[in-house]
Amino acid sequence: MTVTLSGKEIAGQLEEQFPESIVESCPDSLLVKSEFLLPVATFLKTTPGLDFGYLTSITAVDYYDYFEVVYQLTSMKHNHSLVLKTRCYGRDNPTVTSVIGLWRGAEFQEREIYDLMGISFNGHPHLKHIFLWESFQGHPLRKDYHSGA
Amino acid sequence: MEIGNIGEKYVYSETELDRAEGEAIESLKAHSQQPIPDPDRWLDEELRHNVLLTSVDAMLNWARRSSLWTVLAFPACCAFELIATAASRYDISRFGMEILRASPRQADLMITAGTLTWKMAPQIRRIYDQMAEPKWVIAMGACAISGGIFSGSYSVVPGYNRIIPVDVYVPGCPPRPEALLYGIKMLHDKISKRSIVEKSKQK
Amino acid sequence: MALKTELFVINFGPQHPSTHGVFRMRITLDGEVVVDVEPVFGYLHRGIEKLAEGRTYTQNIPLTDRLDYVSSMTNNQAYVMAVEKLAGIPVPERAEYLRVIMAELQRICNHLIAVGSFLNDCGAFMTPFLYMFREREKIIDLFEMACGQRLTYNYMRVGGVSQDIPEEFLPALDKFGREMPGFIDEYDQLLAENEILLARAKGVGILPKELAINISASGPVLRGSGIKWDIRKADPYSVYDRFEFDIPTGSVGDCYDRYQVRIQEMRQSVRIIKQAMEQLPEGEVLTEVPRRLRPPAGEAYGHIEAPKGELGFYLVSDNSDTPYRFHVRAPSLLNLTALQDMIVGWKVADAIIIFGSIDICLGEVDR
Repeated sequence: MTVTLSGKEIAGQLEEQFPESIVESCPDSLLVKSEFLLPVATFLKTTPGLDFGYLTSITAVDYYDYFEVVYQLTSMKHNHSLVLKTRCYGRDNPTVTSVIGLWRGAEFQEREIYDLMGISFNGHPHLKHIFLWESFQGHPLRKDYHSGA
Repeated sequence: MEIGNIGEKYVYSETELDRAEGEAIESLKAHSQQPIPDPDRWLDEELRHNVLLTSVDAMLNWARRSSLWTVLAFPACCAFELIATAASRYDISRFGMEILRASPRQADLMITAGTLTWKMAPQIRRIYDQMAEPKWVIAMGACAISGGIFSGSYSVVPGYNRIIPVDVYVPGCPPRPEALLYGIKMLHDKISKRSIVEKSKQK
Repeated sequence: MALKTELFVINFGPQHPSTHGVFRMRITLDGEVVVDVEPVFGYLHRGIEKLAEGRTYTQNIPLTDRLDYVSSMTNNQAYVMAVEKLAGIPVPERAEYLRVIMAELQRICNHLIAVGSFLNDCGAFMTPFLYMFREREKIIDLFEMACGQRLTYNYMRVGGVSQDIPEEFLPALDKFGREMPGFIDEYDQLLAENEILLARAKGVGILPKELAINISASGPVLRGSGIKWDIRKADPYSVYDRFEFDIPTGSVGDCYDRYQVRIQEMRQSVRIIKQAMEQLPEGEVLTEVPRRLRPPAGEAYGHIEAPKGELGFYLVSDNSDTPYRFHVRAPSLLNLTALQDMIVGWKVADAIIIFGSIDICLGEVDR
């Protein structure tokens, strides 16, 4: 049975390594600041005992004040999973660091989030449209997108 | 990067290709705001009284409808009902239609099986233009008739008749193979009413 | 004097007989050998995630049917499991067993199409394909008995399944379960040691183990590379922990291994169906759920082992009757990430086979 790790347990380990990186830790998820996303993700992947080598999915949600990017991580070795979140503010050009260096499965999913939500990922080599065409105006999955047709 | 190399550039300029594709899509979208009217007049009373089908017409129409070759262009779910119609239980080969041609130049029927998106629309228009006359189109499924369950979406064309003229509409989501065969039979009836005299008058 | 060659770019267009849908690849060739591949998709992007935000939870079930349209039952199952997790709704036992029976029948159906089209691409033009469609018609007859539809079933509901099975279902299922292993043996006899298949598929398109985990592959693609990870055993959902079944794995990660994994999975599915039929209890099949379901505010991620890989739904609710965010974790999209690594270095004809052995469905990739 895959155990969903509580955010609070991991928060304890992370506080020693990266002080002030954690914004909120609840039983089912862990919220970190966007500057610390890449170091925290590297720590989660490489630490023995955690070993989150499998990225299940990346999503983004539009809560009007901020965008929240949600990472579902799984460890095949220990059969446990974790939900990692980060937020980015501003509607004009929100930016988050890309985790493609750690998990290549992020390649298409980050392009999809860029295409449909408008969040840019620093460090992604081919950040361009994946589902919509080049001259498409706007980002459809945002809550303030109204299609004309 | 320890696994694979993902940062390499391509030989061609991908941004130029993508931009050209995007412009083609936007211009097609701007020109397709109204549905295209039905190509042949089905029930035109005046025509029926004025044109008599000769035996040459009857033979030509019989030859054309007895082996319609379909072009392979099926985007989505209805494709599997089309393939099931072509498989052994609902054998479409008894109508001479078991050939699904990859090249549009050798086909004369397009069965549109699947949702059409604006990104795919220029390609479907190009395939239709490449088919030789006489050619017919069967719109299969709810998505092909009006956008179906996805109508109202930002990227779905509300029906194939915005892009290409459609002859027969087969409703269903997806239509059963029997429904598709009924639609093909309707197309056979339509073909048998054609006359070469009328066609030359149109030109 | 050495021969001077130039690189040549071809377009493996959206309309192509072997691309399993509208998928496009821009292939850079040096003679006949592939140097680079760029996949382009989005030709079937219908905006399902945006449409789902405007419909209620039950109205979204037909929308999920059209994601991976070859295996609709498992899409329904993943979605209703995510909603039940979000809202905390229990499911009666008979409904759970019926869900398992339908899901395993769907797995057999999907693998029949996958193997049939893979062999079609290999060059066996229509023969295995038509043989496998003959079995698929039998399974579709069973589905039609249960819910009336042939392709997009809309059978499962939040809290169970929509209707109970009729009386003639179980005898027909029993007959199918007795005959199917014989058909699989027939395919094995014709295909497993076939020298053309071995020459074309053995050693072609290898996906190494570490790369498979790194790209988040799942399903037969992951198991073909030798990693024993199946959600039905690792994180059992529904009543899968009451059945005995094995997880077939490959060793090398080439096309032949993925083909063998699918054939073996069909055998295991028949085994599960037989056990489920014996253990099927009596009872009701649907819990009472309000017409406009309003789950409490929160989020849930529900995932299952779909025939193509791990299918997951991430739902966010804000206590209204429509979802706030509806995201699909599509296995086909992630399995495609390593396409470049698998195809570069092989010839054009091998590119088609490698692409076919991944077994994607464009409805899921593009959503």
